[in-house]
Amino acid sequence: MTQTTRRVALKVLGATLGASAFAHAMEPLRAWSKDLSLDQFLQRHYKELTSEELAEGIRRLERETREEYGREVTIRDIRPQEGVQFGYALSLSVCIGCRKCAEACHVENNHDRRTNNSYIRVLEMDQGSFDMEKGDATYEHAVPAKGKYYMPVQCQQCDNAPCVKVCPVQATWKEPDGIVAVDYNWCIGCRYCEAACPYHARRFNWTKPEVPAGEINPDQGYLSNRIRPQGVVEKCTFCLHRTREGRMPACLEACPTGARVFGNLLDPKSEIRWVLENKRIFVLKEELGTRPRFFYFFDV
Amino acid sequence: MHASLHLPGAAVILGLLCVAHAAGCQDRDQPPGLRPALDATPIASASVHRPDKLSGVSTDRRDSLGRPIRAACVTCHSLRRPDALPTSTAELDEFHVGLRFEHGGLSCASCHVIGEQDTLRKADGTLVPMRDAMQLCAQCHGPQLRDYANGAHGGMNGSYAGGARVRNHCVDCHDPHVPAFQPSMPVLPPRDRFVAAPGTGEGAHR
Ligand code: SF4
Ligand code: SF4
Repeated sequence: MTQTTRRVALKVLGATLGASAFAHAMEPLRAWSKDLSLDQFLQRHYKELTSEELAEGIRRLERETREEYGREVTIRDIRPQEGVQFGYALSLSVCIGCRKCAEACHVENNHDRRTNNSYIRVLEMDQGSFDMEKGDATYEHAVPAKGKYYMPVQCQQCDNAPCVKVCPVQATWKEPDGIVAVDYNWCIGCRYCEAACPYHARRFNWTKPEVPAGEINPDQGYLSNRIRPQGVVEKCTFCLHRTREGRMPACLEACPTGARVFGNLLDPKSEIRWVLENKRIFVLKEELGTRPRFFYFFDV
Repeated sequence: MHASLHLPGAAVILGLLCVAHAAGCQDRDQPPGLRPALDATPIASASVHRPDKLSGVSTDRRDSLGRPIRAACVTCHSLRRPDALPTSTAELDEFHVGLRFEHGGLSCASCHVIGEQDTLRKADGTLVPMRDAMQLCAQCHGPQLRDYANGAHGGMNGSYAGGARVRNHCVDCHDPHVPAFQPSMPVLPPRDRFVAAPGTGEGAHR
């Protein structure tokens, strides 16, 4: 995971795409602000940054957000907690498909407003069917509809994550508390991870995200909801800027039906443990061996 | 472990350790230290939200800020005592007219007490204050109560650990007269490239 690896990967990408496509892919480079040096752009991997370099990077990002988006924000590097392994469960008996969770994610995580981007896709499913590939994410009618049930799908924070394995530059990895994180400054935008994810959980920033100043959530995490640059991949982080401080994820708080249960899998008294021990649980595409941290259950 | 953290001496020592740690750890080839875990799940500090609808009804009037004006039950009920509870909403001719009721085969008297607008009656005749309506619901909805007690039913806000939490009351989400969720339009229609017609969506392949 050295500087060289990434440069080599960029070169390989350039050779693969051909010169003009490479120039196009590198377009964002030309939009540097005057005072952004090549070194800053090619800053080291998150895991190798010294605390000073990280603090410097954060100051730069805060300044850029102020200049480009007109909003004062605070970006923090919030570390995982000892003895905490996150888990999330969702009751399919209760979810009504209202998409309030997807909307809360949109707002909390400073998603591009034009694309209505969200890390959650709520699938409308035929009762009796379990194939998420047949689910419909575009339904536009009153919910819940007859004969249907609703299955929100977001990053499953797999313990055996295919996206982590395919990344040629290790821009994405598993954190100690189970979150699969992305270093947005290290990602080269090859989208291998997006193709590898069986849950379609990753999103690519085709354009520079547009968020009006007044709508920007100023409470930002370096590895989570800071505004992502164009040309990189992003994903759900279980709102780590909230959950690593004990708060609930935004989607859970927004859910009007209480379908969502979040907590520490290592805490035997936690709600998530009660659900895992007492409900009928399943994980999506279990046969792939991804070992998700996201569980679906039915009320019995 | 947790108890010792409250000792100021221990805190100072920990603080010094952290400073020393940070100084010796400039290079992050080693994984940086983890944050100490928060306190265990705060069941004790969880409170249940107290919904307005347990103490009044909304009127069609609005205040100067445009908020709907609510009337406490006692506003009308202190002036007038109903003679008898109707058996169905169809019999309401003066007050609460048009109230929709779809909650099994219950009748008004299954829960309400004549002349006691702030009180409910359980099936065994025990009176419970309106604010304890959950006890009334629990008589029939045992599995939901069990799940609620274990944090697996009902929405909430706040912390999953180490802080306070406010949990929804049954009637925050369910209208006791029509408890099933009524169909409503979903929000945030997706407009990403997976769902738009090929080539038309925002960010479609170019
Ligand atoms: S797009 Fe995905 S696989 Fe490619 S560099 Fe970025 S994180 Fe890694
Ligand atoms: S907010 Fe809750 S009920 Fe609505 S779609 Fe999301 S999980 Fe389902």
